[in-house]
Amino acid sequence: MVSEKEIWQLLEQVSDPEIPVLSVIDLGVVRGVILEKGMCKIIITPTYSGCPAMKTIEEDIILKLKENNINHVKVDLVLSPAWTTDWLSENGRDKLREYGIAPPENEIDKSVLFADPPKVPCPQCGSKNTRMVSLFGSTACKSQYQCNDCLEPFDYFKCLK
Amino acid sequence: MSSLFEYTLRLGDDSLILGHRLSEWCGHGPVLEEDIAMTNIALDLVGQATSLLNYAGEVEGKERDGDSLAFLRFDREYKNLLLVEQPNGDFAITMVRQFLFDAYRKPLFERMQNSKDTMLASIAEKSLKETRYHLKHSSEWVIRMGDGTEESNRRAQEAVNTLWRYTSELFIIDELESKMADQGISPNLMEIEDDWKKTVDAVFKEATLTIPKNNWKQSGGRNGMHSEHLGYILTELQYMQRAYPNMKW
Repeated sequence: MVSEKEIWQLLEQVSDPEIPVLSVIDLGVVRGVILEKGMCKIIITPTYSGCPAMKTIEEDIILKLKENNINHVKVDLVLSPAWTTDWLSENGRDKLREYGIAPPENEIDKSVLFADPPKVPCPQCGSKNTRMVSLFGSTACKSQYQCNDCLEPFDYFKCLK
Repeated sequence: MSSLFEYTLRLGDDSLILGHRLSEWCGHGPVLEEDIAMTNIALDLVGQATSLLNYAGEVEGKERDGDSLAFLRFDREYKNLLLVEQPNGDFAITMVRQFLFDAYRKPLFERMQNSKDTMLASIAEKSLKETRYHLKHSSEWVIRMGDGTEESNRRAQEAVNTLWRYTSELFIIDELESKMADQGISPNLMEIEDDWKKTVDAVFKEATLTIPKNNWKQSGGRNGMHSEHLGYILTELQYMQRAYPNMKW
């Protein structure tokens, strides 16, 4: 009989379909693994309400476990407690940076209009002389930035709390 | 029809119809960044609609899910606010509409986190984080346009004049609202209206926009009596399911 620990290890091999460098564990979307009566229940939570990757993540989890002869798998989606970027693992943050996406910095106070956006170091050259191009980016979880020194545009994984 | 079902439909339909409206900007935004911003917000709203309508279907218990509620109801069965179905118009209309809605949704979700209905509470908890970003974005645009050039001010003020008549509907406490509030399921709309007014006053002041003197108000969406625009939205939204019943992909 497979153990909970082994399931968690297998889930580390399931990657996020939009940011494949992150596993679903790094991303913090797997909230629980429950083994009972020969059933394996995996509890996941979406990053954003409309995240189109959730269905694929569910299918990829089932497939990965099936490849390892774990056939009775159920994936449940829960909304509460709501996902926050605090759940991104340290490991995940490093992987994001290497991949060219700046990991989340401290949150901006969204009630302050026209507040300075967070200072985000460029993942390419490390310069802190960067600017936000747009709060909204290529996916719900990102903003668009550009480095003023190396001029490289980059994604910033924006803070959600 | 159970009250909880109908109340959840109201919330879900607001998200779905406004999400659809915003998605119409895809490929037509005034600049690329705004195109992406509006479609991002659309995606959040459609995601919220999915959670809400799936839950409404569960509450109803007639084997309808979010998809069947979205794609197979007629206009009279839709319970969204008239505000959210209004046409996109120019960018000023779209952003003022978004601002008036976001300023209402944020305090609504804040308070709904304490709903006695645990599912609505968790949807509110999730959606609130997204709505904060939406409100920041729409507030800043209303200020930029209102306090911008003569032309942008004219357009923003016209947008306010056009849409203001649909705002009183946000706070009508009908039998269903008061029943839900009594049961601790929905928040008190009067408190939300206070918050909304504060936000609108502060942003309009900064934007040098004024609230129209003409106090004529329009309502009906919550009871399924819509403006002529909803039918066109549903025609497009539901086309595939109507043309090819039960199709899936």
